[in-house]
Amino acid sequence: MSAGRTLELICPAGTPAAFRAAIDAGAHAVYCGFDDETNARNFPGLNFSRDEMAEAIKYAGRHGAKTLIAINTFPRAGASRLWSSAVDDAMRLGADAVILADLGLLDYASRRHPALRLHLSVQAAAANADAIAFYARSFGVKRVVLPRVLTVQEIAAINRDIEIETEVFIFGGLCVMAEGRCSLSSYATGKSPNMNGACSPASHVVYREEGGELVSRLGGFAIHRVAAGQAAPYPTLCKGCFQAGDYRGHVFEDPASLDAASLIPALAKAGVTALKIEGRQRSRAYTEAVVRSFRRALDAHAEGRPIPASELRDLTEGQQTTSGAYRKTWR
Amino acid sequence: MSNERTIPHFPRVGALVLRFAPLAPLSLAGASLAASLGRRHPRLFSRLGEQAGKKFLIDPIDLPFVFLLAPRTGSPGLRALRRGEAGVWDARIAGPLAAMLGMVHGVFDGDALFFSRDLIIEGDTGAVLALRNAIDNEEIDLTREAVAMLGPLESMAANPVRQLAALVGRWSGVAVTRIEREWPE
Repeated sequence: MSAGRTLELICPAGTPAAFRAAIDAGAHAVYCGFDDETNARNFPGLNFSRDEMAEAIKYAGRHGAKTLIAINTFPRAGASRLWSSAVDDAMRLGADAVILADLGLLDYASRRHPALRLHLSVQAAAANADAIAFYARSFGVKRVVLPRVLTVQEIAAINRDIEIETEVFIFGGLCVMAEGRCSLSSYATGKSPNMNGACSPASHVVYREEGGELVSRLGGFAIHRVAAGQAAPYPTLCKGCFQAGDYRGHVFEDPASLDAASLIPALAKAGVTALKIEGRQRSRAYTEAVVRSFRRALDAHAEGRPIPASELRDLTEGQQTTSGAYRKTWR
Repeated sequence: MSNERTIPHFPRVGALVLRFAPLAPLSLAGASLAASLGRRHPRLFSRLGEQAGKKFLIDPIDLPFVFLLAPRTGSPGLRALRRGEAGVWDARIAGPLAAMLGMVHGVFDGDALFFSRDLIIEGDTGAVLALRNAIDNEEIDLTREAVAMLGPLESMAANPVRQLAALVGRWSGVAVTRIEREWPE
């Protein structure tokens, strides 16, 4: 096996402790968000104050790593100042890039802060070369995070036709709806993941043990009933278990997590620049274990060695993994 | 962290003995620990935000008692109670003692424990998430916190207690202290 191209490892952090854990475990860059609605992991007790973000950026800089700030929700009408302030603060604090999805916010950032590097969030759902070229041409976007609906072949085709970098998800929770356009959680809770920043907000989730079964309710709707001994999923409607006629099961998708470690050589060959780990809502234990595992895999790939076997299944939703849309075996 | 994780349970004989032990000393120690945490980790409470006013039932299912945690800013409290006598709470977090210690000390991921059904949560899910995230961010070491409560004896007791804790951890497989990360070269 010949030495491969070095890929950048982009790692999640929901707290300053997880941020340090990611850097110490070998992250090339860490993505994180402010403690408000401007990012898509707006959960209680999570995220960074302005002071914490400043400290984190310094910590990353001292260790030769980058900080990417996700401001990837869509500004609500009449409240856009919250989002533009977040962009201003990211620039002021010295972020290496911001990850944006909204057209208006991209326009604001590119005009107000031309030196600020812009990445296009997966929330923008740019899934073809023409859409990506538009973002690059109009706002100077330097990197696009591709939606999790593309095969490796489709990613290679996109890379042949665009002039900016691509970043793809390599591990973590799957959200296979066209990202940024899912209204399932909004329907059940009245809160939008894309504007309020939380899919299945904790304030609308209730768990109860009923006769040995774990029952999960979202906004009053029972969406899971998991028997004793079976793995539990996140309380999201997309992974809900429903009954229709004689059928009882998962309608949209099974609770499983992405683990595409074995596809690292193929993704590198497809022209991908960076690999992203999902999980800003997770603990520092998750961050440390997953980042360390993938840094080992990337180093092995760069040195031409086989990718080591993954030992991360215990950490995954549903306790099972999939290569997702990268290999569309159902086609 | 590897697959097929096993979480040790507190020995049944020990739990049986504890069933007859008085809880007042444990409550006293809990109150001191909560007050000490309040002084030494103020960010814990700022990260909890409005959830600091909630009451959490911490339920180690392999012990014959539970803890009622009230992390209110300025006057945090932690009381030991017999199971079934906890009264009103906003959120319940239940699981083996080793799972809870492992979460606090950065060995286990709370979501993974939930997926595997080793951890049960009930009640106010937002409050549970806030508490989990706030504790995780503080990188608390309960052994170190216990030693800090010794006041002037802290410096003398620190090393022997840490060595003893490491020994107990190796013997039992329970994370009784925070794991120290390997720092990069």
